[in-house]
Amino acid sequence: MSTVPAEVPERVRLERFDRTERVLHWVNAALFGLLMATGAALYLGFLSTLVGHRPLVRWTHVVAGLVLPVPVLVARYGPWRRGLAADVRRLSRFDADDRRWARSLGRDRAVRPGKFHPGQKLNAAFTVGVMAVLFLTGSVMHWYRFFPVDWRTGATFTHDWLAVATAVVVAGHLRMARRDPEARRAMREGWVTRAWARRHRPRWYEEAIGQLNEARQASSSPE
Amino acid sequence: MGMADGTPVGRRVVLGMLAAGVGGVLFGSKAATVLERVVAPLALRDGTGLLSLFPVGRFRFYSVTGPVPARSEAEYRLAVGGAVATPLTLTLADLRALPVTRLTEDFVCVTGWRVHDVKWKGVRLSELLDRAGVAGSAQGVLFRSFDGLYTETLSLAQARRDDVIVAYEMEGGPVIHDHGGPVRLYCAPMFGYKSIKWLDRIELTEADPGPGYWANRGYDIDGWLPGAEGRVDRPG
Repeated sequence: MSTVPAEVPERVRLERFDRTERVLHWVNAALFGLLMATGAALYLGFLSTLVGHRPLVRWTHVVAGLVLPVPVLVARYGPWRRGLAADVRRLSRFDADDRRWARSLGRDRAVRPGKFHPGQKLNAAFTVGVMAVLFLTGSVMHWYRFFPVDWRTGATFTHDWLAVATAVVVAGHLRMARRDPEARRAMREGWVTRAWARRHRPRWYEEAIGQLNEARQASSSPE
Repeated sequence: MGMADGTPVGRRVVLGMLAAGVGGVLFGSKAATVLERVVAPLALRDGTGLLSLFPVGRFRFYSVTGPVPARSEAEYRLAVGGAVATPLTLTLADLRALPVTRLTEDFVCVTGWRVHDVKWKGVRLSELLDRAGVAGSAQGVLFRSFDGLYTETLSLAQARRDDVIVAYEMEGGPVIHDHGGPVRLYCAPMFGYKSIKWLDRIELTEADPGPGYWANRGYDIDGWLPGAEGRVDRPG
């Protein structure tokens, strides 16, 4: 009967991360935490002597490292991949706004991000790169006898420096999360309020509301 | 707003990092050397100790047990026993009274990290063996650490090399606890795991002493560095 277009009410929550994405995030976070803790115990002298038990710590570090790609691959290619696959596509490309932000070296506050801020996109790409390179160099260190000593030295060198860089980036990630309780809730429960989306991710907000409106109009359209 | 549009920054970042990673494996050894030459003098003058957090020419401290109880220079004793004519118990002062050997050699870990030109001072292992009098029945040397767990072994020929020393000084000072002090082995021609820390006892064995701690866990019994002792290099 009603022909008035049904507007999406303000209280509607917007889905930001589906279950696969959330589970992957936290499994990954746990593995990163374990790798960083055991890595620190292997690498920082005062921790090495305090913790000791090098074979056990090393074993834990190696096993966690070998397991690390598994959740990513399962989430990305399993039957539950849809949301993650779509977000990977969003994360991997820079649009005009993102490029403008990059050209301003991150100083341009006027950019209107889509679902992901360009800084988030860089963080995601860096994280994938980190996992790949640390896996590669860690493998050279672990299966050392198949490689010349120079390669082992190079692998150790690369692994060390990248691990330090990763610690810095992870600290930045945590700092951003600390400042935004709603973003944290999105990663725990999956949703954000319209107000948050409008304010922080305006182009995603328009896109998501547009889709909801279309869906509503389709379902409430007159016979 | 098609999602396939835009610059594939993600792929470029990941591929760029992979390329840098492969480059790091192939050429990182040279970069590490250069960096060490540049940064090491700065690190010495760095009061904050912050530089030591960065991976430049630094030792890593390996311990296979929990915290190892410190042993003071005064209470330290080194035992030389087993298949010998005269078992010895040496204090640090006894060791210092013996002929001094100085080496400036790299410390190389089997996993690849290397500290260049470390200054070592101690007494040749062969000197201790001669003083104890190795029995004709002896087959090898077994070393024990006072961490209670670590062991290492050498053949008699290896133990008699000029560049294998019982070290009590390192970089111009006493061997600190974390480096395995007050007394450790330094076996220059081999990977670091052969240079047992917190040296407690040297034992001449009548049977083949077999593998030490890490060799039991897959490392080579003879931890030769590539090119050491005119031996054909093979990985490991």
